Amino acid sequence: MLKKLGRSGGRGGPEVRIRDARFPEPFASGLEYNAPARGPWNIVHTGMLIPGAHQIFACAQGCLRGVVLTAAEMNAMDRMSWISVSESDLFDGSMERNIIDGAADILDRIDPLPPAVLLFISCIHLFAGCDFEMILGELRGRFPRVDFADCYMNPTMRKSGLTPDQLMRRQLYSLLRPRKKDEKCVNLIGNDRPTDESSELLAMIREAGFGLRDITLCGTYEDYQKMAGSAVNLTCLPAAAAAGEELERRLGQKHLYLPLSYSRQEIAENYAKLARVLGVEAPDFSGAAARAEEALGAARRVVGDAPVAIDYTATPRPLGLARLLLEHGFAVRKVYADVFSGEERADFDWLKQNAPELAVSATVRPEMRFAARVAPGEKVLAIGQKAAYFCGTGRFVNIVAGGGMYGFDGIARLAGLMADAYLREKDTRTVIQYKGLGCESCL
Amino acid sequence: MKRCARILPVYAADTSGVCSALYELGGMTVIHDASGCNSTYTTHDEPRWYDFDSMVYISGLTETEAVMGDDQKLIDDIADAARELSPRFVAVCGAPIPMMVGTDFEAIAAAVEEETGTPAFGLNTSGMRSYLAGESEALETVAEKFCRTNVPGTKELSANLVGATPLDFSVNGSVESIRRWLADNGFGLVSCLAMGSSLDEIARAGGAHVNLVVSAGGLAAAKALRKRFGTPYVAGVPVGAAFSKLLAEELRSAAESGKSGAPCARRKNGARGGLAVVGESVFAGSLARAAELDLGEPAGVLCPLETAPELTAPGDAMIPGEEDAAERFARAGGVVADPLYRPVCPDGVPFYGLPHEAFSGRCFRKSIPNLIGKNLKRWMKR
Repeated sequence: MLKKLGRSGGRGGPEVRIRDARFPEPFASGLEYNAPARGPWNIVHTGMLIPGAHQIFACAQGCLRGVVLTAAEMNAMDRMSWISVSESDLFDGSMERNIIDGAADILDRIDPLPPAVLLFISCIHLFAGCDFEMILGELRGRFPRVDFADCYMNPTMRKSGLTPDQLMRRQLYSLLRPRKKDEKCVNLIGNDRPTDESSELLAMIREAGFGLRDITLCGTYEDYQKMAGSAVNLTCLPAAAAAGEELERRLGQKHLYLPLSYSRQEIAENYAKLARVLGVEAPDFSGAAARAEEALGAARRVVGDAPVAIDYTATPRPLGLARLLLEHGFAVRKVYADVFSGEERADFDWLKQNAPELAVSATVRPEMRFAARVAPGEKVLAIGQKAAYFCGTGRFVNIVAGGGMYGFDGIARLAGLMADAYLREKDTRTVIQYKGLGCESCL
Repeated sequence: MKRCARILPVYAADTSGVCSALYELGGMTVIHDASGCNSTYTTHDEPRWYDFDSMVYISGLTETEAVMGDDQKLIDDIADAARELSPRFVAVCGAPIPMMVGTDFEAIAAAVEEETGTPAFGLNTSGMRSYLAGESEALETVAEKFCRTNVPGTKELSANLVGATPLDFSVNGSVESIRRWLADNGFGLVSCLAMGSSLDEIARAGGAHVNLVVSAGGLAAAKALRKRFGTPYVAGVPVGAAFSKLLAEELRSAAESGKSGAPCARRKNGARGGLAVVGESVFAGSLARAAELDLGEPAGVLCPLETAPELTAPGDAMIPGEEDAAERFARAGGVVADPLYRPVCPDGVPFYGLPHEAFSGRCFRKSIPNLIGKNLKRWMKR
């Protein structure tokens, strides 16, 4: 009998022991549930990082709703406009004209004009073969003092190349215009929030006499443009690497990917790479590493044998973090992730070997709608909002995308947050409802 | 440009209307979509999401599946989930890309039903119309598919509430107040489509004497119930002191005469120079009528959403775009609208903020007033 390829015949449950898990996709794809944890940033939050920029979304009403209300909740409706798309636009040849006229109409009503416009098109435009270049060309001709960035809200294409998050972080820097290079300046690219000042990364840059630029620290559009003058771009998040690669190609800025890591060896390797690019000796980080060890030990004494759960929204390396914590005696019981980053392969293999009973749980599988959300008599410590939600615990570290913590200092700070979270419960329901952790909110 | 806005938000879409209408009925609603529909709905359009488990999912559509027309994956995924979770029914609807590639939701639903034995139906959403279109189609389907024919009429005077969802009524107690108002006026409640009633209760809807349509999204279902059971309907929301009394009389009269009507649209009117109420036509029309009666002021409706001629009064106007709204607001003696309309209301025109979940989502949820049976004078003064 012939069997359809690509389906195993059974889907398995929403949870698997890591010893039995597949890499990088531990679960079969299917219908998807959406847990009410709203902290991770979306493309609107990210777009708002360009000072003074205005966002215009051209898409269907259903797609507009989420982005427009993201801006409304940020109290930023004055920086957001939209053009809705109807069925007929796609078939009567008016698609491009409607975007041009709509964007022009909106800009004619904004005084003074914004320095930059992020113009977003959506999946349907790409399916319909929209001539985005022509649209942008005409708008640039009509509004020569405005910089227009082509941006995309195209989740249908999320498995066909860059994800919408990667694409957004890349396009965020697409307006940087070539300018004279300052060899003593470094950019941090693709972060949502400033990296902690206490991190060794920033200390190394400053002590080597380099200036540091970061979009999260820019107060004006000119500050943003100055980023084009930096000689080096550093990226730490996997979703930001494409931005660094593109800037190296377009502006000739050297790109250095120093991934956020919880491995002592990888952190040291990252700093050694940075030292080479900065032209300095790699500092001795044994003190910082020792402080991280001390902090982990102190947190372990507070948390004790309480079960720990980690989710993928808290950090791009949930398996790496699980490994670090297990190596330091924490009772890590579960990792919530629907898919693993390729960077996690080594940690996956280590966990398979050394913590085979570690549970891996999906977050989007349909059964998760009914997952028990009250821990039976246990004080669970969660790292990340989704883990907190699914575990029904108020003891959680409220961070997304690494939380701006990096290196040995980042580990020490995270350990401190874990101890604090274990001792001081949060109102999970309230805290995880805020969209875009760290952004202004009207709620 | 009618279809662009510099500063106003956009109303909830048809997909959210479907999900909201079917939320409490024990079924499984699947939006054929890549990603955003579910998070938008569950974040901004569904206040019950945290506390009330309901099976609302997306399919996770990919480019390859859309291009290759792989409907079988959708059918298999729904069937797998249905077998696992045993919903009372399956509803399938779609976002823009399925509309564009011509996905046949009725055929997909038929295949799911055949494969699982679970009743299934398709709804023709596209993500390009308002929540009222989706709610309307969903409730009409429920009325046609699940309301039983062999139900005896109730002995006591009774009614169904038709068209209640949190998108129009939030979760601030308004629907419970309407239930109490019905009881206080001698009506038993057979069912509410679709807040606070089970699918089994709704199946007995044909036994009611009259249907109270509380939003434009309930009109098609009320018409389906009239066609199937001969039940008349009355369109209106019992807001304001005087209008709620009048509406009770109209409801009783319709139950006796069998004639349908829309007292929410029976107004002297006065959008020009009078109070302009912005929003969904049944609620806004009821509020305008209540303002006429409680305040003695002319009032009209400015409707930014789909409606029906029978739900509008002469002088009411459509405001499909931001400029239309601004232009009409400038001519009004006062504006009652969601607070996010305030930026287009000229200085000097009194603005009364009345949050509407289908417009501003959860931004002002904590301050949405329950106006059922309340004299409007006190609210307007505040």
